Amino acid sequence: MARQEAKKDVVIVGLGWTGAIMGIELAQEGLEIVALERGHDQNTVPNFQYPNMIDELKYGVRLKMMQKPSQQTVTVRRNEGETALPYRSLGSFLPGNGVGGAGTHWNGLNWRPQAEEMRLRSYIAENWGEQIIPEDMTIGDYPVTYDELEPFFARFERVAGISGTAGNIKGELREGGNPFEGWRSEDYPMPAMPSTWDGVKFAEAAKAAGYHPFPSPGGIASRAYVNEYGMQMGPCNHCGFCERYGCFQYSKSSPQTAILDRLKQYPNFSYRTESEVLRVEMAADGKTATGVTYFDEKAGEEVFQPADIVILATYQLNNVHLMLLSGIGQPYDARTGEGVTGKNYGYQMNGGVTMFFKDEHFNPFIGTGANGFCIDDFGMNNIDYGAEGFIGGAYWRSGQTNGQPIRSMPLPSGTPTWGAGWKRAVGEWYGHAMSIGAHGSCMSYATNHLDLDPTYTDRHGRPLMRMTFNWNANDIRQTQFMKSKMEPLAQSMNPDLMQSSFKKEGAQYDVRPYQTTHNTGGHIMSATPDTGAVNRYSQAWDKHNVFALGAGNFVQNTQYNPTGLVGGLAYWTAHAIRTQYLSNPRPLV
Amino acid sequence: MTDLPGFPSRRSFLKASAAGVAISGFALAATAQPAPPIQLDQYQPVFFTDAEWAFVLAATARLIPSDGDGPGAIEAGVPVFIDRELTGDFGTAVDWYMQGPHNAAADPLLGWQTPLTPAQIYREAIPAVNAWCEQTHGAIFADLAPDQQDTVLTAMQEGEVELAPEIRDFFKILLQNTKEGYFADPIYGGNAGMAAWAYIGFPGARAAYKEWVGRHNIAYPLGPVSISGDRA
Ligand SMILES: Cc1cc2nc3c(=O)[nH]c(=O)nc-3n(C[C@H](O)[C@H](O)[C@H](O)COP(=O)(O)OP(=O)(O)OC[C@H]3O[C@@H](n4cnc5c(N)ncnc54)[C@H](O)[C@@H]3O)c2cc1C
Ligand code: SF4
Repeated sequence: MARQEAKKDVVIVGLGWTGAIMGIELAQEGLEIVALERGHDQNTVPNFQYPNMIDELKYGVRLKMMQKPSQQTVTVRRNEGETALPYRSLGSFLPGNGVGGAGTHWNGLNWRPQAEEMRLRSYIAENWGEQIIPEDMTIGDYPVTYDELEPFFARFERVAGISGTAGNIKGELREGGNPFEGWRSEDYPMPAMPSTWDGVKFAEAAKAAGYHPFPSPGGIASRAYVNEYGMQMGPCNHCGFCERYGCFQYSKSSPQTAILDRLKQYPNFSYRTESEVLRVEMAADGKTATGVTYFDEKAGEEVFQPADIVILATYQLNNVHLMLLSGIGQPYDARTGEGVTGKNYGYQMNGGVTMFFKDEHFNPFIGTGANGFCIDDFGMNNIDYGAEGFIGGAYWRSGQTNGQPIRSMPLPSGTPTWGAGWKRAVGEWYGHAMSIGAHGSCMSYATNHLDLDPTYTDRHGRPLMRMTFNWNANDIRQTQFMKSKMEPLAQSMNPDLMQSSFKKEGAQYDVRPYQTTHNTGGHIMSATPDTGAVNRYSQAWDKHNVFALGAGNFVQNTQYNPTGLVGGLAYWTAHAIRTQYLSNPRPLV
Repeated sequence: MTDLPGFPSRRSFLKASAAGVAISGFALAATAQPAPPIQLDQYQPVFFTDAEWAFVLAATARLIPSDGDGPGAIEAGVPVFIDRELTGDFGTAVDWYMQGPHNAAADPLLGWQTPLTPAQIYREAIPAVNAWCEQTHGAIFADLAPDQQDTVLTAMQEGEVELAPEIRDFFKILLQNTKEGYFADPIYGGNAGMAAWAYIGFPGARAAYKEWVGRHNIAYPLGPVSISGDRA
């Protein structure tokens, strides 16, 4: 028999970005809340402090801040015909672990989606006709619009402390910002960060080519900042140990710098670490959840935590896994297209060009996770899908994030990978290269989905989640289009040498190299219960007291990094619970 | 190297920054004595047997040779680094999902699929490579001439040294660990004296560059510092 804890009003599963947001918003309602986090507790001091955090081997290579596959992982196959095998050591994506989640060790690149991305199917139908959408491409419209979400995007940006230059305030275009972005009700809370030489060089070349460069928007403080919860940030010093690391400076937006210390002051909020939730428990009628069962690592036993509201905030992959294990939403069947949970798994299609300038000094160790300049001239709302033959887009960015030499050592192609030639080359080329990246869209397809693995189990005996994912021709055409535009721009900068890296036709998904931790979909939002697992308020269609947050809600991934939309949706959901659900718990749609 | 001319010292910069709480830790570290470099011939391996140690010394010496500018793997202490890593979390794969069934011969794109840990791969692969060397070159790897060793390493990299699927990635792992030991912080036993960082111009754990962000296209002048507060 599982031990039973005292009942709470709300149990929050996972204490990363979305868990922290829900915690503080619902704590203000006076509700009794407990958050359960499977990882360890961590804070800026002592966990992220200088100089121990400045350790490439431990955090950059051995990934000590990340989810441990020995605790939880997925299996991967590229198609139905293949036997899925476990993702045994981390490569392609790096889910977070511990208090703060991936929100502690992200890059901080913070974007809103384009209004067009939120209603993609209609946007395509209106401009080119739905017939240009391939049969197996399962893109749709979000059941919530950009305009409805705008105040919540702005709220997340204020809380997280985002630096940037606005391009569109209430429809009025601003010089120096992104002219193609959705409208903003207000400017960024902090001015943009200064850029290193690579970003500035790129911006100059882009401008000369007639494009519209603007500073990368990031959760990196450009000056001292205090947010609405009284949480303080200090200016970033470009330490170059940002992505994969906790910030020792209180400069990177994270649950730790933006929310948690304030949240912990609420007497009605508490949290337990090393508490891995195993499943959501259901009432006899199957219409609501009664709480969650978790494994208490310290006691070595299962515990039942009863609660009136269950918030799933465990990151996209873990949320979908818990929903499949707990019977929330009918599992998606790729053969029939029926079912909802596990549907529309999405990722990101990226590529880039590296340029070598033997007489220039880039000092690559000077950087932030969101350094440099971007252009959005090839974004989703700037491409003629009918003429180009693909649906998608990408934003481009140049700005070094780190010069950590184990991982960040671009060398001209053809350089030996070891021996005297390699040694000479690292001495010759370190610090003399820069790159431009295209961060591109990846559409949703009937074939890319998540379900439970028939063979492999975790340490509790639960089936692992199985990911079926491969690259699709449409998205390869997108990245090849970016290549055709980026190479001439790079060439115009007159590098001594340059090389490209874009996926080619027939490319298979490779789990080994890091790509992005932008896993999306699986519990997508929908207008009707038969097309997605949650409604427009992230509320499970079939269990009205279960809310699932995070990028699992994405109908299709955006061309941007996901967290601006994740944070906006979390505030939107919190608002709906506060203003509509608490007074009368029921399905909100 | 000293602090930047005309700029506040590293220490006063930290004091003025948001990382105030980290000051005491830094000050302590800054006064620590540099750790004496590890003498390879006196080092007692904790993981490797004598035969394995001889292989690793010989192989890493070819992967990053000592001649030319910059330290070689031997001067950097790379074999010590690898020896230590193999007894730790990495060598024993504690963080990884190691449950079966295993399909070691799977498409490499699906990642680590061997049932073996990195430490076990070294243990099984070194004798296999030595046997291949004896068969094709008449001596174990460590006893071959440097150019023959290079030929063997090239053959391993190109998959011409037939290894069982369970250990097929040995060369990749060895090369990766060699580069890690060359460039990781010296606390792990490699990168002795931070010479590999000094060679390429990486300032190590300085992690504070606010004053240099806008100095475009001007080489950063300061040498590296390490986590334990050493300077080079
Ligand atoms: C290396 C890296 C770089 C990134 N860079 C960017 C970027 O530049 N821009 C951007 O927009 N996004 C970026 N991201 C993504 C970003 O971090 C996520 O979008 C964001 O953190 C998601 O918030 P979340 O609350 O859904 O998940 P998280 O913040 O990860 O929080 C989930 C929490 O739930 C816990 N948990 C999981 N399962 C359980 C369970 N069963 N029981 C209890 N607790 C559980 C986890 O341990 C974790 O603490 C990056 C991610 C990584 C890893
Ligand atoms: S680059 Fe800036 S925000 Fe990022 S970890 Fe370093 S100091 Fe913090």
